[in-house]
Amino acid sequence: MTGKLNLDPAKVARARELAKRAGEPVTKLATTHTTVSIERAVLRLAGLDGADQDGMPWVNRLTDAVRDAVGLEHGVALPVWDAMLAGGYPDLRTLAGQAADGQVKFRIPVSGEAVGARELALRSARKGTAAIDAQRALRSELIAATADPPAPWIYLIVATGDIYEDIPQAQAAAREGADVIAVIRSTGQSLLDYVPEGATREGYAGTYATRENFRLMRAALDETSRELGRYVRLTNYASGLCMPEIATLAGLERLDMMLNDCMYGIIFRDINPVRTFIDQRFSRQVHARAGIVINTGEDNYLTTADAVDAAHTVVVSQLLNEYFAVEAGLETWQLGLGHAFEINPAVPDSFLLELAHAQLVRELFPGAPLKYMPPTKHMTGNVFAGYLLDAFFNLCGLMTDQSILLVGMMTEGIHTPFLSDRDLALENVRYVRSAAGRLGLSFQPDPFVVGRAHQVLDEALALLERIGSEGLLTAIGDGTFGVTRRPPDGGRGLDGVIERADGYFNPVSEILGGDAE
Amino acid sequence: MTVSDVVRPYGDTTGDGRVQVSFTLPVPGVSAADRALGEGAALQLAGKMGLAPAMVVHTKPIGPDFTFFIVYGRVSHLVDLSAVVVPEREFEVLSPAEVNLRIRTSLGRKLTVVGATVGTDAHTVGIDAILNVKGHAGEKGLEYYREIRVVNLGAQVAIPDLVARAGRERADAVLVSQVVTQRDAHLSNARELAAAFAAAPASPASGRRPLLVVGGPRFDPSTAAELGVDKVFGRGTTPGEVASYLVHALAPAAGGDS
Repeated sequence: MTGKLNLDPAKVARARELAKRAGEPVTKLATTHTTVSIERAVLRLAGLDGADQDGMPWVNRLTDAVRDAVGLEHGVALPVWDAMLAGGYPDLRTLAGQAADGQVKFRIPVSGEAVGARELALRSARKGTAAIDAQRALRSELIAATADPPAPWIYLIVATGDIYEDIPQAQAAAREGADVIAVIRSTGQSLLDYVPEGATREGYAGTYATRENFRLMRAALDETSRELGRYVRLTNYASGLCMPEIATLAGLERLDMMLNDCMYGIIFRDINPVRTFIDQRFSRQVHARAGIVINTGEDNYLTTADAVDAAHTVVVSQLLNEYFAVEAGLETWQLGLGHAFEINPAVPDSFLLELAHAQLVRELFPGAPLKYMPPTKHMTGNVFAGYLLDAFFNLCGLMTDQSILLVGMMTEGIHTPFLSDRDLALENVRYVRSAAGRLGLSFQPDPFVVGRAHQVLDEALALLERIGSEGLLTAIGDGTFGVTRRPPDGGRGLDGVIERADGYFNPVSEILGGDAE
Repeated sequence: MTVSDVVRPYGDTTGDGRVQVSFTLPVPGVSAADRALGEGAALQLAGKMGLAPAMVVHTKPIGPDFTFFIVYGRVSHLVDLSAVVVPEREFEVLSPAEVNLRIRTSLGRKLTVVGATVGTDAHTVGIDAILNVKGHAGEKGLEYYREIRVVNLGAQVAIPDLVARAGRERADAVLVSQVVTQRDAHLSNARELAAAFAAAPASPASGRRPLLVVGGPRFDPSTAAELGVDKVFGRGTTPGEVASYLVHALAPAAGGDS
């Protein structure tokens, strides 16, 4: 598949080198800081679940109690398991209840006491990572017992707000041909600094990501996978202020893919840049362990900026996402880098430009399961024209060997899809795949397409040179991505960032880092 | 009344009344018998919709329990153009480019919006849907508008703090969203907001208090005067509507807008 564009390997290597240079200072921030959500994820992995009578999760109550008493500079684990040892509590839930009532005296244990607390913390955290490992093994078994669908995987969305409505819709979508089901999250969940509990029936334009909702949907899709004889994957969103916790719950409940972008929350949700970068590293370590494919959100840039003018920002973001992902331990097969078919159809040669962009991304990331997003910005109320545009999107995706095709709806922007919209959309994909699925093999791009791909790569290099010299945080502060300026000290969640002290201890990071195995 | 006041849909001949509709019925359509029953059901619906004669041109089962139909037919209804009522809108809904242009030409500076949820309401869903770039319902939020400066204070802002911040930011408008409605907290918060701004010193720039806009799923849009605010938005409001209203109220087009 590679080689149609004759990309200069030295330029591609230079682009990766520059992305690394831009990313390294940010990785340093992530290895010298922690966040409240990372600490809560540690408690979740160690088995602390549930919420108090007001619905506030016990992981929040316990982390807040520790923070108030001794700070989080040493991590939540040392004071928590020290208190477990000292107080003889039967479980974390009891400790959390007592701590919330102010009945627990926390301290930072030293020497021999610290050793005991560390050992107990590691033992508890290992139960969590073992549960994630078991889910990963089960996924492999289920895929072996059924079948793994051929590429491109067909990705469909459900979004009713009610998990008990989502389930039959997801099962119907799978029967109609979906290989991947994404449950859209409730608007604004990314800005909640806690993960809601339990099965939920009321959301705004989506359904809350909760552990119980994850479990219910995965169980339903397991049933449908058996019925259909192919493994249907489940996707949700590890983004926002609780990214590390949601990644952890996804691993525990065997979600298969997670939206997890290094910059999306910063640009589109005004979450503090430092918080986001620290949280995304931990969440990606968890995804790596859980065998989860991440999906990045570069398609979003093209909904705010022009898809021709900003094409190179997509490539830059993909290279940054790749650097951060690989640094956190993800393998190439887990990098669902995103891009989109969003060029204004009124632009002459728009399809050729789309081909150039899609082929460029394919050749830059040959082993990655690229996620290709359908047109949204230029879908009008003319559903007939929209159906045609979606067919061209499908054709471009197949010709350039994209891996995950989000199925476009002709009623995009009008309403959440009707049953018939989805069925027609799948008919569109099936037709294009059967009629022209192998067109990529006989397609040789002309100099216009090749030239455009080279131009985008050159522009990406120039932007990476600039980011490399001024720093990624400064570039984000300048409004380089999307259209918004996001300064490093602005946005939500900065108060949840804590610089690590000497002696900081995180049992999960030790296990995931491999040094406690 | 002229002849052209009464019209029918146009297929390929004046007055032929031909239209196309498509719909799904919750009936099976896989077996020949089911298909025949389903097409009969589709024709019955078409007849009740005023399509006579009608023809089912496409029948497609969707799963075991549903069937999709495309129907062409002649609609028997007449349209009387003289009886068409165009609802009057208080303000025109503009595109982001038009909003930006209006602010540039009319204000000659950026329009500053301060947004928050007040009281004990921790739900930022509403205010973020309107303000964040991400937006809502396929529309980008106010941050996306080049000529609007957004200061989003987030959740649980005390009203005196909001008044003070609005003054410091020289806010042209203050947007407050309320989701929690226990004991009508959204209504008492809105009144409290109006009273606090009424008591605060007017903006030195405009000589008046900032425009007060409240919104949330349980608000009745007709209650602005009663609550003492300038505008109330209800469920389903989009960022574009809010931006258009702000421009209507604060950056009128030359020659007047209302």
